[in-house]
Amino acid sequence: MSILVNDIIYLVEKEFEIIDHTADVGVIAYGASVNQAFVNAARALFSLITELDNVEEVVYRDIELVAPDQESLLVEWLNELIYLFDTENIIFKRFDITQLNSTQLKARGYGEKVDSSKHKLKTGVKAATYHMLKVEKTNGCQVQVLFDI
Amino acid sequence: MPAPWQGTLKKIDDYRWEIPKSYKAGMLVPGLIFASESMLSHIWQEQVFQQVANVAFLPGIVDHSLAMPDIHWGYGFPIGGVAATRVKDGVISPGGVGFDINCGVRLLRTNLTEEEVRPKIEQITAELYVNVPSGVGSKGKLRVNEKELGEVMVKGSLWAAERGYGEAEDVRVTEESGCIKGANPNKVSSKAKQRGIPQLGTLGSGNHFLEVEVVDEIYDRDAAKVMGIEDVGQVLVLIHTGSRGFGHQVCTDYVALLGQAVKRYGINLPDRQLACAPVNSPEGQDYLQAMSCAANYAWTNRQCITHWVRESLVKVLGKSRRELGLEQIYDVCHNIAKIEDYTIDGKKQTLCVHRKGATRAFPAGHPDIPDIYRGIGQPVLIPGDMGRCSYIAVGTETAMKESFGSTCHGAGRTQSRTAAKRSRRGADVVKALAAKGITVKVGNIGSLAEEASEAYKDVTEVVDITHKAGLSRKVARAIPMGVIKG
Repeated sequence: MSILVNDIIYLVEKEFEIIDHTADVGVIAYGASVNQAFVNAARALFSLITELDNVEEVVYRDIELVAPDQESLLVEWLNELIYLFDTENIIFKRFDITQLNSTQLKARGYGEKVDSSKHKLKTGVKAATYHMLKVEKTNGCQVQVLFDI
Repeated sequence: MPAPWQGTLKKIDDYRWEIPKSYKAGMLVPGLIFASESMLSHIWQEQVFQQVANVAFLPGIVDHSLAMPDIHWGYGFPIGGVAATRVKDGVISPGGVGFDINCGVRLLRTNLTEEEVRPKIEQITAELYVNVPSGVGSKGKLRVNEKELGEVMVKGSLWAAERGYGEAEDVRVTEESGCIKGANPNKVSSKAKQRGIPQLGTLGSGNHFLEVEVVDEIYDRDAAKVMGIEDVGQVLVLIHTGSRGFGHQVCTDYVALLGQAVKRYGINLPDRQLACAPVNSPEGQDYLQAMSCAANYAWTNRQCITHWVRESLVKVLGKSRRELGLEQIYDVCHNIAKIEDYTIDGKKQTLCVHRKGATRAFPAGHPDIPDIYRGIGQPVLIPGDMGRCSYIAVGTETAMKESFGSTCHGAGRTQSRTAAKRSRRGADVVKALAAKGITVKVGNIGSLAEEASEAYKDVTEVVDITHKAGLSRKVARAIPMGVIKG
């Protein structure tokens, strides 16, 4: 997609889209690599919770996960972030994934603790599910996940 | 033009539609949908038949994979789904309970009339909003430590009552007396405990709410009287919430664990979210014990909120709790798996009944319902959306015979949250509700659009089907006056 700023057209890679689902919300996240698609899925998650523009990068958390396969790794990655949000109230907006293969993930997430004076929380996300779960690697990477909200 | 489901569904009668086993290879039993013909086109569009069929793959499933009329598309199980599996050789599935374990409804009666309450409804909702923590990531006023959380997991409602957040009578008129036995905190992860500690005593967000409502119709005066509902115009209070982040984490943990068990036990499933394990396996028992902890947490949560509702009304109305007559009518869970006995083909069988968005509906005389309701049947509490109405019904013998003692749980969504938000703003919803005489206090006005009446099926249509099909019998209806949403 492209956006127009000061008469200059910028080509912007689409990070993710939201899929309509009657009770819950699905997300398709894109990336040139699996890393990028996992990052964008996480950004989609936090975009459901609040507007990320108002979030600063003042705290970080390291995350290390092991899962039986890459699709499970995606669910566990998102569920770990939901857990950190629920217990430490951290809204993450940027992620460095330093290791990602079919069973392991190492990452650092940057963000800010919820400050009710500037962060308006929109949606509570209960969990990422395995329903409609996909990790596809054609033309870069595309991942799909459904959240229970 | 033939309807799209013709040729697929077998019409049993006006409210019963069978999905034959031949619909999808791997189904162990047929599906059965309780719905009117007019509801089927929406159900069809959503492809929710697929999900009913997928549930029929669960090993040990008995009779039918069932769908209540409020059925809609879920993940794994449909919402509004009921599946009973044999305990001796069947499975238990965390996805058949859902993330919000023991999400449920509690109803309180009062001696108050609409005339007394309506002039003060703004003050009442404001007081309730302050007293009952709500919203995304809300934290409770309770400060429990891990040891106390352990007691909550084991004791349920009684824990709250013993600490002054309720009375023995509240516990008696709660499904399972507010405590599933066999809960084992050692089977709950430290992550779940960390999520659970700060959120005990909170309403949460999404479709959870607290509502002051007024009885506007009574269908069965005798049954209503037993519940303490005397007349039209009487004020009631409805609480709809569950086990918060605690239950969400228990489900998250066990869907992942049982996803591995599926491979070990060689179970063939069409959807990973249906992950399951034999009820009698170590994994199945671990989940059941952890799920029971979350169920008991949810009952404690609703019990504490009940206490703050009582405090709020006493404060605003300046009457004592006794004068207000603020007694609990009943409390039901609608996301749960229960071990229950049924007679099938003349033989007694012990089953694991998964109710995912379905309410238990035991008939008069059933030993598991409180003495005071033995003569009328178990109260069934069915909330609608915030702009229409909610129903009180009772369980029936037909439910025991046809739906493993289950009936519907609510209106059921028809519109996705994003579509609902596209078509209206939260402020419009507030205005529309105000025009109907309904006051709303909400944490995030934007999210209100997602919960607009138009995003839901009409609960009246849903309840009429379960009434006509005989799964539950209508007793009374109430319309909202004041609503608190997270």
